[in-house]
Amino acid sequence: MSSLALIQDVVSYVPFAAIGAGLAAIGAGIGIGRIGGSAMDAIARQPEMQGKIQASAIVLIAFVEAVALFAVVVSLIAK
Amino acid sequence: MKTTNFNVIKSLIFGLFFILSASPVLAISADSETKSEGEEEEFNVTDMIMHHVKDAHDFHILDWNGHAVSFPLPVILWTDNGLVTFMSSEFHHDDSGSVVVEKGGQKFVKYHEEIYYASDTPNSDGSFVNLDAEAHPVNAQPLDFSITKLVFSMFLSILLLLLIFGLSARKYDASGVPRGIAKFTEPLVLFIRDDVAIPNIGEKHYKRFMPFLLTLFFFIWINNIMGLIPFFPFSANLSGNIAFTFVLALITFVITTLVGNKDYWKHIFWMPGVPVPMKIFLAPIEFLGIFIKPISLMIRLFANITAGHIIVLSLISLIFIAKSVWVSPASVFFSVFISLIEVLVVAIQAYIFTMLSALYIGAAMEEHEHEHEH
Repeated sequence: MSSLALIQDVVSYVPFAAIGAGLAAIGAGIGIGRIGGSAMDAIARQPEMQGKIQASAIVLIAFVEAVALFAVVVSLIAK
Repeated sequence: MKTTNFNVIKSLIFGLFFILSASPVLAISADSETKSEGEEEEFNVTDMIMHHVKDAHDFHILDWNGHAVSFPLPVILWTDNGLVTFMSSEFHHDDSGSVVVEKGGQKFVKYHEEIYYASDTPNSDGSFVNLDAEAHPVNAQPLDFSITKLVFSMFLSILLLLLIFGLSARKYDASGVPRGIAKFTEPLVLFIRDDVAIPNIGEKHYKRFMPFLLTLFFFIWINNIMGLIPFFPFSANLSGNIAFTFVLALITFVITTLVGNKDYWKHIFWMPGVPVPMKIFLAPIEFLGIFIKPISLMIRLFANITAGHIIVLSLISLIFIAKSVWVSPASVFFSVFISLIEVLVVAIQAYIFTMLSALYIGAAMEEHEHEHEH
């Protein structure tokens, strides 16, 4: 019983919400990095398409960012 | 001559952008500075930010010598004895339920921006609300139809939109050439038509949905931008309010459901070209998808705008957390940087909301001409 209480005590000090937000940031970082990298490759191959590639890359980045923000909202609520 | 005009406009736009992006720093810092000085207590960042992000019954502008300066807004209540109205200034900026307003034989208090019927006697903190064990009030509440900060902000944005587009509509001469402000709005309208409506909904049906898509785009955009401007009539976190985004997403949901054709529903419940066990497995997922799509619309806008407000406020608050003037250059630099990104983000979010709405509507109306190939 006392060990259970100890675990509960320790767990209550772990900032799970903050850890969750951090994990979401990692995921979004990987996602945005891949989009940015691919966009750079595409621009290097076809510099004349730069405008269109940039526009769609920005929109895709906004999507990935939104997923990270979902996690931030959940972390805020679960705090 | 023309190039000089263009240069003047360009520098004006640049100046406007610069002022817009730099001003959050000034106004928010004034707000939090007086707060931390006036109250002689530890500056609580979370409270300050949450207070800003949420709705309020009066429009707090700044604190002056420890006194809150705010713009009073009408409180409209539907109580047990009918309609009751008064100005929110009668609460004297009290948010702890200790100032009682008596109207029509009934007593009201404001506690954490909610209006309750006052208790007969104050509790130990001098507050006229009864709290349960988890510090939630147990008093009864009247129905609150008040013009709050966000409602006020929404009316203002509607007025602005009417002004901008009313003016634009009048700026067309007989030959159909735009002049004045119409030069600014026409490319945006064309952008929504050519890059959002036609590719997603299709040449055949897009015209029916143009009014909705244009309203959606400009309404979200102007409210997002108004949230970024930090001084008085603006700065409310309207598009970062879940009720606001919920209603917009609900309209998209209703339209999608109403215009959905036979193929749309068939592809949800009994999709062709898939083995039967898979159909049984996929149907519930596809059915849930009907609701998840508008919910993701709702949360995407809410989370993006709220997070933007929180980030800018947190960066400004760094100065007051560190209590050092040497932090301010970094704090100001990052705030300006984030604010500039936010100018981009608010436009992208308005665009994405509109584009996804068009995409969902288009998917619901899509006609499958090669059904026999499945």
